[in-house]
Amino acid sequence: MKTDAMMTAFSTIVLREVRRFTRIWPQTLLPPAVTMTLYFIIFGNLIGPRIGDMGGFDYMAFIVPGLIMMAVITSSYANVVSSFYSMKFQRSIEELLVSPVPNWIILAGYVAGGMARGLGIGLIVTLLSLAFTQLSIHNLLMVVATVFLTSALFAVGGFINAMLATKFDDISIVPTFVLTPLTYLGGVFYSIDLLPAFWQGVSMINPILYMVNGFRYGILGVSDVNPFIALGMILVFITILSAIALRMLERGKGIRS
Amino acid sequence: MTNALEIENLVKTYGDGFEALKGINLNVAQGDFFALLGPNGAGKSTTLGIVCSLVNKTSGKVRVFGSDIDTHLSDAKLNLGVVPQEFNFNQFEKVFDIVTTQAGYYGIPLKKAAVSAEKYLRQLGLWDKRDSPARMLSGGMKRRLMIARALVHEPKLLILDEPTAGVDIELRRSMWTFLEEMNRRGTTIILTTHYLEEAEALCRNIAIIDHGEILKHTSKRDLLQQLSVETFVLDTDVPLKTAPKLENFDCRLDDEGALLVEVQKGHSLNGMFIELERQNIRVVSMRTKANRLEELFIRMVEDNARPSESAKTVRGSAA
Repeated sequence: MKTDAMMTAFSTIVLREVRRFTRIWPQTLLPPAVTMTLYFIIFGNLIGPRIGDMGGFDYMAFIVPGLIMMAVITSSYANVVSSFYSMKFQRSIEELLVSPVPNWIILAGYVAGGMARGLGIGLIVTLLSLAFTQLSIHNLLMVVATVFLTSALFAVGGFINAMLATKFDDISIVPTFVLTPLTYLGGVFYSIDLLPAFWQGVSMINPILYMVNGFRYGILGVSDVNPFIALGMILVFITILSAIALRMLERGKGIRS
Repeated sequence: MTNALEIENLVKTYGDGFEALKGINLNVAQGDFFALLGPNGAGKSTTLGIVCSLVNKTSGKVRVFGSDIDTHLSDAKLNLGVVPQEFNFNQFEKVFDIVTTQAGYYGIPLKKAAVSAEKYLRQLGLWDKRDSPARMLSGGMKRRLMIARALVHEPKLLILDEPTAGVDIELRRSMWTFLEEMNRRGTTIILTTHYLEEAEALCRNIAIIDHGEILKHTSKRDLLQQLSVETFVLDTDVPLKTAPKLENFDCRLDDEGALLVEVQKGHSLNGMFIELERQNIRVVSMRTKANRLEELFIRMVEDNARPSESAKTVRGSAA
């Protein structure tokens, strides 16, 4: 397949994904906006003033970067896992399998589709947060790099989950029992300085902690971890998971008999 | 000239040890209208699935217009259009989007894809439904949608797995006309079907597969010549209550009261008419029974089943 044909195939997959999640916007775009608004009102406006400062900032300003990142992570993952698994379930994945699209374009297309939704949600949540607090950007490059790479990482994760899933239950297990706890324990609502030393150590093995703090560093200039190590870790994870996803595609895991 | 499809020693063994294909060989010439026939579970869909990259082969070679699927898969796929047995599109997408998206997967830009999509949706009578979600289409329309989707990138080889399953007679005939026209314009067509009348009406060459082996691979004409008995359907002016006894001819009545007469190959029909005349039976029309291929097919599959059945019996006795 020639390069321009591959680019057309890539943009076709991305367009199809964007069309899908915008067609069902009450299921995809609206819920995170409502949930995050509730977080802003309850944790930021009502409880926040009683908590006081966190990391040198008022509580609302502290939790906004974490909540944006939480929305990005959840949406990027959910988009790919539900879309790709639905294609498997309806067998419309065969449309792609019979076509000459290379595996890496299939993966890149789905990841870009997941990122489009994740970053779109991130933008919506950011705009909503402006109604509750003022945001100043400390390091724009770090903000952009962290949010893009994190979105890509969880989109690849969603892709692997969808490849392995054999029933609809399988696509909700990881988000419910892995992603949600890791995100809540990843420093979205608190600085790990508040934890006893042992739990601070345990928190350091939570990859989401690095992403939330890398993003928070970009916005507020404060972080519990070195933000550059966070970026490096995300890149390593993306590389490893992408290699696994491509290998699974090549072998036709769950999609070819 | 390179064949449209070449299959050499193709073997497929599934994870549970079931050997779906036992080293089959098959060639389909360019421009052919080819039927792959066989009972359920014979290996038809597995064979076509491997050609279309939906099933991983265990061993063997497959070439599409000379492109080996092991080394030049992308080239092979560019020449292929596939219409599967089951509906396999997103039921919530619009008809037009389904077709143009498929074109995009083949690297065709949207503007060009839209032209091609319109052409085939019009030809298949779906243009008025272009903005409807696929789930709103009738069964026959969904089948035609899959044909339009398979043709949007103008493949040289079109593979159809049971294309007219569950389709009413009128629509089936119009699909036959469409496929014959595609074939006349140069598209090589391979189809599997349970309607042997369909294979007999459309195809020039036929392979019969059973238990993962090709039993016959020849032209339809040669195959039909192997038929030692031909059945004629005779309509009489007065409906018959019982089948007459005709010397040298076996005959019976069908459900609608028409007289079915079996004529051995080489026997003159004159004798049959003399006999009928003698019994004061007036024939007002006559035709050959259309499903000659069906008779041959059933005979071959039964013959193929017999050795394994006797083997089972022998094994059973030994146990």
